[in-house]
Amino acid sequence: MIGSEAVLRARDIGKTVRSGSSDLVILRDVHLEVRAGEALAIVGASGSGKSTLLAILAGLDTPTTGSVTLDGASLFALDEDARAELRGRAVGFVFQSFQLLPALTALENVMLPLELAGRADAEDAARAMLERVGLAGRLGHYPKHLSGGEQQRVALARAFVVRPKLLLADEPTGSLDAASGEAVIELIFELNRGSGTTLIMVTHDEQLAQRCGRVVRLAAGRIAES
Amino acid sequence: MKTLALAWRMLARDWRAGELRVLAAALVIAVASVTSVGFFADRVSRALVRDAHQLLGADLVLVSDHPWQPEVASEIGRLGLERAEGLTFISMAQTGAGETARGQLAGVKAVSENYPLRGRLRIAPAPNAPDAPAATGPARGTVWIEERLVTALEAPVGSKLRLGAASFEVAAVITLEPERGANFFNIAPRLVMHAADVAETRLVQTGSRVWYYLYAAGARERVAALETWARAHLARGQRVDNLESGRPEVRAAIDRAERFLGLTALLAAILAGVAIALGTRRYVERHLDGCAVMRCLGATQSQLLALYGSEFVLLGVGACALGSLAGIGAQSAIAAALGEVLRADLPAPAALPALQGFLVGLVLLLGFALPPLVQLKNVPALRVIRRESGAFKRGTLAMYAAGLAALSALLIWQAGDVRLGMLVVGGFGIAVLGYAAIAWLALRLVASAAVARRLAGGSIALRYGLANLRRHARGNAIQVASLALGLTAVLLLSFTRNDLVEAWRRSAPPDAPNRFLLGVQPEQLAPVREFFAAHRIEVPDLYPMVRGRLSAVNGRKVSESDFAEERARRLVEREFNLSFSEQPPAHNVLSAGRWFAPAAREISVEEGIAQTLGWKLGDELTFSVGADSFSARLTSLRQLRWDSMKVNFFVIAPPRLLEGFPASYISAYRVDPGSERVMNELTARFPNLTIVDVGAAVKQAQGVIDQVITAVQYVFVFALGAGLLVLYAALVATEDERRREAAVMRVHGASRRQVTGSQRVEFLAMGLLAGVLATAGAAAIGQLLARRVFELDLPPSPALWIVGPLAGVALLSLNAWISARKVLTASPALTLRETV
Repeated sequence: MIGSEAVLRARDIGKTVRSGSSDLVILRDVHLEVRAGEALAIVGASGSGKSTLLAILAGLDTPTTGSVTLDGASLFALDEDARAELRGRAVGFVFQSFQLLPALTALENVMLPLELAGRADAEDAARAMLERVGLAGRLGHYPKHLSGGEQQRVALARAFVVRPKLLLADEPTGSLDAASGEAVIELIFELNRGSGTTLIMVTHDEQLAQRCGRVVRLAAGRIAES
Repeated sequence: MKTLALAWRMLARDWRAGELRVLAAALVIAVASVTSVGFFADRVSRALVRDAHQLLGADLVLVSDHPWQPEVASEIGRLGLERAEGLTFISMAQTGAGETARGQLAGVKAVSENYPLRGRLRIAPAPNAPDAPAATGPARGTVWIEERLVTALEAPVGSKLRLGAASFEVAAVITLEPERGANFFNIAPRLVMHAADVAETRLVQTGSRVWYYLYAAGARERVAALETWARAHLARGQRVDNLESGRPEVRAAIDRAERFLGLTALLAAILAGVAIALGTRRYVERHLDGCAVMRCLGATQSQLLALYGSEFVLLGVGACALGSLAGIGAQSAIAAALGEVLRADLPAPAALPALQGFLVGLVLLLGFALPPLVQLKNVPALRVIRRESGAFKRGTLAMYAAGLAALSALLIWQAGDVRLGMLVVGGFGIAVLGYAAIAWLALRLVASAAVARRLAGGSIALRYGLANLRRHARGNAIQVASLALGLTAVLLLSFTRNDLVEAWRRSAPPDAPNRFLLGVQPEQLAPVREFFAAHRIEVPDLYPMVRGRLSAVNGRKVSESDFAEERARRLVEREFNLSFSEQPPAHNVLSAGRWFAPAAREISVEEGIAQTLGWKLGDELTFSVGADSFSARLTSLRQLRWDSMKVNFFVIAPPRLLEGFPASYISAYRVDPGSERVMNELTARFPNLTIVDVGAAVKQAQGVIDQVITAVQYVFVFALGAGLLVLYAALVATEDERRREAAVMRVHGASRRQVTGSQRVEFLAMGLLAGVLATAGAAAIGQLLARRVFELDLPPSPALWIVGPLAGVALLSLNAWISARKVLTASPALTLRETV
C-alpha cells in the first residue's frame, strides 16, 4: 500500500571529496522522493555513487550540497546525535556484511536496538521477530555459528523489530549464495508488505531491482533513469 | 538507570565472549599486588623493626657515664613504658688461688631481672652445648659468662669465680647477647650478673669507669615521646640509642627490604597498566564495528560513552574488589608461610593498603582504558558502509599523560619513596620510548627493500615475511616494544632479581669476619701473621690505627658546643681512629673528590661523618695525636659498607703523614666455631692483644637479611604475573589482523607452508629484537637499581644475555605455531566472515 505523502525527500544532493590535489565528484544534483510503503531499488555500476547516496539518505554521511527530509525532519539541520535518535526511531538497516555484533547471540543482536531505546519488552519482541524470520531454534547462537543466510535473517529481524518507517538495504544478498539470497529477498518483501515499511535497496542485481516497484539508475553520480 | 542496566548486560555479554579477561586479570593482579605488598610491607616492616629492637634489648636505650637522675626513671614509668636497668664496667674476674690462680679482664654487665625488654639472652649449660633462650636475667649470687671466660678462667658451669670482694657461682654459658652487636668495642669477654649484687663487689666507687643504662619498651608513640623528652633533658655524658644510631647495619637491611617491596609493587602496577592499555586497545578495535552499528540503530554519542564507561566502571569495581580480596588473602598466606622465619606474630593489618590498592586499580582503569575507550563514541555510523572510516587511532603519549601522572603520584605515595618512584616511572617511560624507537628503526632497516631482496633470495615466505615487517613497521614496533617490556619485567624478576639478592646476601656474607683483633704493635705484625699461618687460618689484613682528636677545622678550634646534633657532639668529644694507606681499601667506594697523592698533606673521610660534622671537600682538618698534631686537606669522601663487618675507618691519611705517630694495628677475620682454644693461645702468646667476638652480631644481621629476602621473593610472583600478562596482551594484540591476512593469502592460493613460513619470518625477527631489547633493558635497569637504589655491586650476568634473546625467539616461535594452527585449521571463508 503506497501512501501519498513522501517519507523521504532528497533535494539537490551533491557530494564532492578531495582526492589528492583535485576534487572528485561522487554525486551531483540528485533529487529523490519516496512515498510511504514504496519499494525503491537504486542500481548502477560500481563507483556510480549508490552506497554514498544510501549513506546520505540515512544521515550516515553528509552531502556537500542539498538537503534530505526524513519523516518530516530535515536531516542535516539536526546534529549527529539527533540524527542517531531519528534513525533509532524510524530507520532500519540491512547490510551486505550483516554487521551483527560477534559477542552477542542472535537474540541479543535483535534485542539491541530495543534496549538502546530503553524498551522494557525487548526480549519478548526480539523473540517474536526471530520466530517470524524462522530462527526460533537459533536464539542462543552466536553469529559465527550461523550460516550466511541465517545471519542475514537475524539482521532483518534486528531491522524490523523497531517497526521502522524506512528500511535501507545495502546489497542485502551480496554475500549470499543464490538460494539463501532468494530466501532473504522473499523475507524482505514479505516483511515490507506486512508492516507497511518503505524500502530503499541498493543492488547490482537487475532481476532483484525489477521486483521493486521503482528503479533509480545512477551513472557517474547522476540519476540516469528514474 | 536504564543505561546502567544495559551496561550490566553488555558487561555480562562481553565477559561471556571472553573480551574482557585480559583486562580483568590485569586489574586483579595490579590491585592484589599493590594491596598485598602494601599490607605485607606494612606488617613486615613493623615486625622487622620490632625484631630489630631485640638487638638493642629495648625500643630505646638511655646511656650515661654517671648514675641516671631519678626523674628519668619516673618519666619512663609515667609514660607507661616498661623499664629495665643495667650498668657495665671492666673488672678482673678470678678463679683458684696460689699456683692455680687465674685472672681475666671481663666486661661486666649487671642487669635487673627483667633485662632484656626486647629479645632474649641465650644460654647453654656448657660450651658448644645446645642453647636456649633465658626467661630472665641471672639470679642473685650467680653469673653467666662467655665461652672465652670459661676457657681462660677454667670456670665451667657450677664452679665459683671472684669479682672484687664477692664470689659468684657460674650458672650458665652465654651464647647470644642481643645487645652485644651494638658496640663491637665491648672488648673484654662478657660476664652478666644481677644488678643488686654490684654493691657487694665494692667495684663501683667514685671515679670508676661505669656506664649506666636505662632500657625502655612499649607503644611506639610513647617510646617516641620518651625519646623527645630524654633528648631535651640529656646532661653531659648522656645519650640516647635507637635503632638508627645503635644498629646501622640492621637499619640498612630493613631499608633495602622496603625498597625491594616498594619496587615490586610499582613494577606490577605499571605493567598491569600496560596490559590494560593493550587489552583495551584490542577491545576497542573489536568493538568499532559494533559501535557503528549501534550508531545506526540510534545510539547517541553520549549514550555510547555512558554505556561503555559504565561497563568498564562496573568491571573495574568488581575486579578491584576481587583484587583487594586476593591481596588480603595473599598477604595472610605469605605471612603464615613466613611466620616461622619471622619468629614473631605480625602486627594486625591496617586498612590503608586496601584503599590504596583499590584506588590504584581505578586509576589504572580510568587512565589506561578510558582514552582508547573514548574513541568508541566517535565512531561514525558510516563505518557500517565504508569500513575504512573511523579506524582505530593509535594512542599518543599525551592520551595517557593524565593517567600516567595520576598513577605515578599514587604509586609514589604508596611506595613512600619519591626517589625510587621517580626512578621506576621515569625509567619505564624512557624504556618504552627507547624500545619503540629502536624497534621501528631496526624493523625498517631489516625490511628495507634492498636488505630484504638480499636476505630473501628466492624464498617467497621470506620475502612476504620481510615485506610484512616493513608494511607493519609502526604496529610491529609497538608490539615489539610491548613484548620487550613484558620480557624485561620477566627477565628482571627472574635473572636480575637472583643476582641482586645474591649481591645483597654477599653484602653480609656467611663468611663475613666474626673476630676483631685489636692492639697489634708494629713489631708484632710478623709474629702474629706467622701465628695465623701456623694454625692454618687465613692471614688477615692488618690496618694501622692512630688515635687522634679533632682539634680544628680550617684553622678554627673545634669544640663540642659548636654542634647541636648529639651524634656530632659525641664524635667531636671522642678520639678518632685514624688510619693510613696509599690505596683506598678495596671495600670502600670513592663517592666524591679524588684519592690523595702519597706525598700530599691530604686525607679521605667517610661521607656520613663529613655530612654530620659539616665538612666539605677542600676543608683543612687538624687532629691532635698525643702532644703533637697534624693538618691535612680533605680531598675525597668514601662510602663505607657498614654491614660488611670489615674494618672501616672514618679518616684515612697518606702513610707519610701518620707514620711518625704511635700506631697499633687492627684486623677483622673469620674463624670457624670451636677455635676458641686457638684464639686463647693467641692472647696467651701476645697478652696485649684483644680479640672481639662479633660472630653473634654477624649472625643476627645475616638472620634479618635472610628473613627479608624470603619475604621479598614471595611478592615478586605478582610482578611476574603482570609481566606475563603484558606479554600475552602484546601477542594477541595483532592476532585478528594476522589471521585475516593469512586467510586472504590462503584464498589467493598460498600453500600452508607459505603462510606459516612468512609468519615465522616475521615473528622470528620480532622475537629476536624484543629479546635483545629486553635483555639490554633488564641488564641496564638491574645495574641502575643495584648502584643507585640498593648500593650494591652487581656483576654482569652472561646467562642473561643467552637466555634473554632466546626467550624472545622461543616465545614468538610458540606464538607463531599457535597462531598458524588457528589460521590453518579454520577455513579461510570462516575467518574472513568473522573478521571482515
